[in-house]
Amino acid sequence: MSRPPLTIWEQAQMQGYSRRDFLQFCSWIAAAAGIEASGVPAVVEALDTKPRLPVIWMHFQECTCCSESFIRSSHPIVSNIILDTISLDYTETLQAAAGKQAEAALHSTMEKYKGQYLMLVEGSVPTAADGVYCCIGGRTALDIVREAAAGAKAVVTWGSCASNGCIQASKPNPTKATPIEDVISGVPIIKVPGCPPIAEVMAGVIVHYLAFDRIPQLDGIGRPKAFYSRRVHDTCYRRPNYDAGLFVESFDDENARRGYCLYKVGCRGPVTYNACGVIRWNNGVSYPIQSGHGCIGCSEAHFWDNGPFYQHLASFPGFGIETTADTVGMAVGAVTVAGIAAHAVVTNIRKRSVIAEEIRTSEKIPEQGKDA
Amino acid sequence: MESLTLRRVYVWELPVRLYHWVNALCVVVLSVTGYMIGKPLSLPVSGEASFSYFFGWVRFIHFVAAFVFFFNFLGRIYWGFVGNQFARWNNFLPLTPKLLARQWAEFLQVLKVDIFQAQVKPLESIGHNAMAGWTYFATFLAFVFQSVTGFGLYAAMSTSWLPGLFRWIVPLMGGDFAVRQWHHMAMWFFVIFSMVHTYLVFYHDYVEGRGVISSMAGGWKFVERRENVK
Ligand code: HEM
Ligand code: SF4
Repeated sequence: MSRPPLTIWEQAQMQGYSRRDFLQFCSWIAAAAGIEASGVPAVVEALDTKPRLPVIWMHFQECTCCSESFIRSSHPIVSNIILDTISLDYTETLQAAAGKQAEAALHSTMEKYKGQYLMLVEGSVPTAADGVYCCIGGRTALDIVREAAAGAKAVVTWGSCASNGCIQASKPNPTKATPIEDVISGVPIIKVPGCPPIAEVMAGVIVHYLAFDRIPQLDGIGRPKAFYSRRVHDTCYRRPNYDAGLFVESFDDENARRGYCLYKVGCRGPVTYNACGVIRWNNGVSYPIQSGHGCIGCSEAHFWDNGPFYQHLASFPGFGIETTADTVGMAVGAVTVAGIAAHAVVTNIRKRSVIAEEIRTSEKIPEQGKDA
Repeated sequence: MESLTLRRVYVWELPVRLYHWVNALCVVVLSVTGYMIGKPLSLPVSGEASFSYFFGWVRFIHFVAAFVFFFNFLGRIYWGFVGNQFARWNNFLPLTPKLLARQWAEFLQVLKVDIFQAQVKPLESIGHNAMAGWTYFATFLAFVFQSVTGFGLYAAMSTSWLPGLFRWIVPLMGGDFAVRQWHHMAMWFFVIFSMVHTYLVFYHDYVEGRGVISSMAGGWKFVERRENVK
């Protein structure tokens, strides 16, 4: 069959979307992807004319929350069309095929579209014990990911697992769960961290790639700038309370009811780069902070190791969960005060003679008004 | 008869003194505001955010002090190359074997005389004694550490180039959170150092009577000279 694959617009039509729906989708996704208004026609044109993108979506050590997030995107075209399109090639979770057929689909895509397909990875790859902790079809994740990456045009690492290892890479990381960037090389990698990432962010990354045929602008550690250049804290609507010094002290206090800032109950917004404050979740309904819970920093590397989540300072390594840098500092300070006091006492005993000698040999000033 | 005279020596030049006090002020301000950033006060007020900018000011003061602290430190490094013999960098970092041997010997002496007080008679050194010099070198490293981590964090809220120079520390340490933790922990070094440092200048002044405390104000220390007078 040599008929060219359908474009996204053609597929949308087949599913009964009007041109109006389609154009609305294009401008919405362009806005979500941080593409300026003048770029919208390019997006329309791309989705109108370009054949669908060959995509392989892989799952390794993960919980599938990235896929779950993606299919909950607020715009139905994202899940209906893009995901349908994607499932045509290979994705363990959503494909109809199983076993040998699935493997065959994967390999035919990898051969047919060598150097052209987009590889989307959900999950980290275990490298301990030669990678046996994650095997699919009798092969290790390490093997599969390397083979697939070799023919990919670009790789998108969905979520914190694939981007930085997430919970399975937290200490002590028994399987040596490793982010994708550390096991492959030679392909551009777009990191889309978050546990999970926001659906609109995921869609935005794909559409950007589809529309412009190149990866979006990335920051120093490989995340799309459009979504990860600002901290949650920078766009948080509770920020005026932070600046005013009005903080929730505990989750059931009056201040919590007033909607004060959650910094003192552990909010990680000031150290977390993500677009939650702007795009929000579930159709822009809310995000954790709006729902009264601090940010846990799920898009940051090592966030599981930075606990407890409900206090500002992490527990001090090696001293148990209740101990922070301040507890340790205070203790060292107390010991120092004791040391100083002891030293002062000893000085007055040991150096008594020296001090007495100095006083003895010092000049005697005659008292005023008396003759010398 | 033997008589003891004290002679004045001009030890700390004006730039060193100025540096010292600006630095002291900055470190105190940075530690206090930094601690408040880590553990904000519970304000008794309960009102609307629009009426207050309290925490904003705390942070603003931290950042202003940070810039003063940083450039003041750079100035001191410069002075370590052009200042007098007591200000020179090799008081802190003895790179020649001869100097190292001398400072090491003095270090042991200081341990014996001042810390454990196994020997009672005071030591004579005019500028920094070796232990002090090395400790100050450790504080310089801590200054560098606080500047790098501090500006690395600050880069997220700034578009100017100076903080941008330190952006690399964030991925190196594994994220803003880790940088903040380390920055916070390092504060305790300054707290402990300040306590010990303040105590020791009082100690030296008290035991030796050579004007150590005032030397950082006027620049003068006193050395003893024993002579035989007829
Ligand atoms: C003696 C030197 C310094 C001390 C003792 C100090 C101490 C602290 C402490 C304890 C914190 C709170 C960290 C936390 O728990 O979240 C902090 C925050 C911070 N410091 Fe420093 N600091 C020093 C120098 C600097 C310098 C040179 C800079 C450079 C700009 C700087 C920039 C910052 C920034 C950006 C924050 C985070 C504030 C925020 O985002 O609210 N600090 N500092
Ligand atoms: S709730 Fe969190 S993100 Fe929002 S202002 Fe407070 S600290 Fe920042």
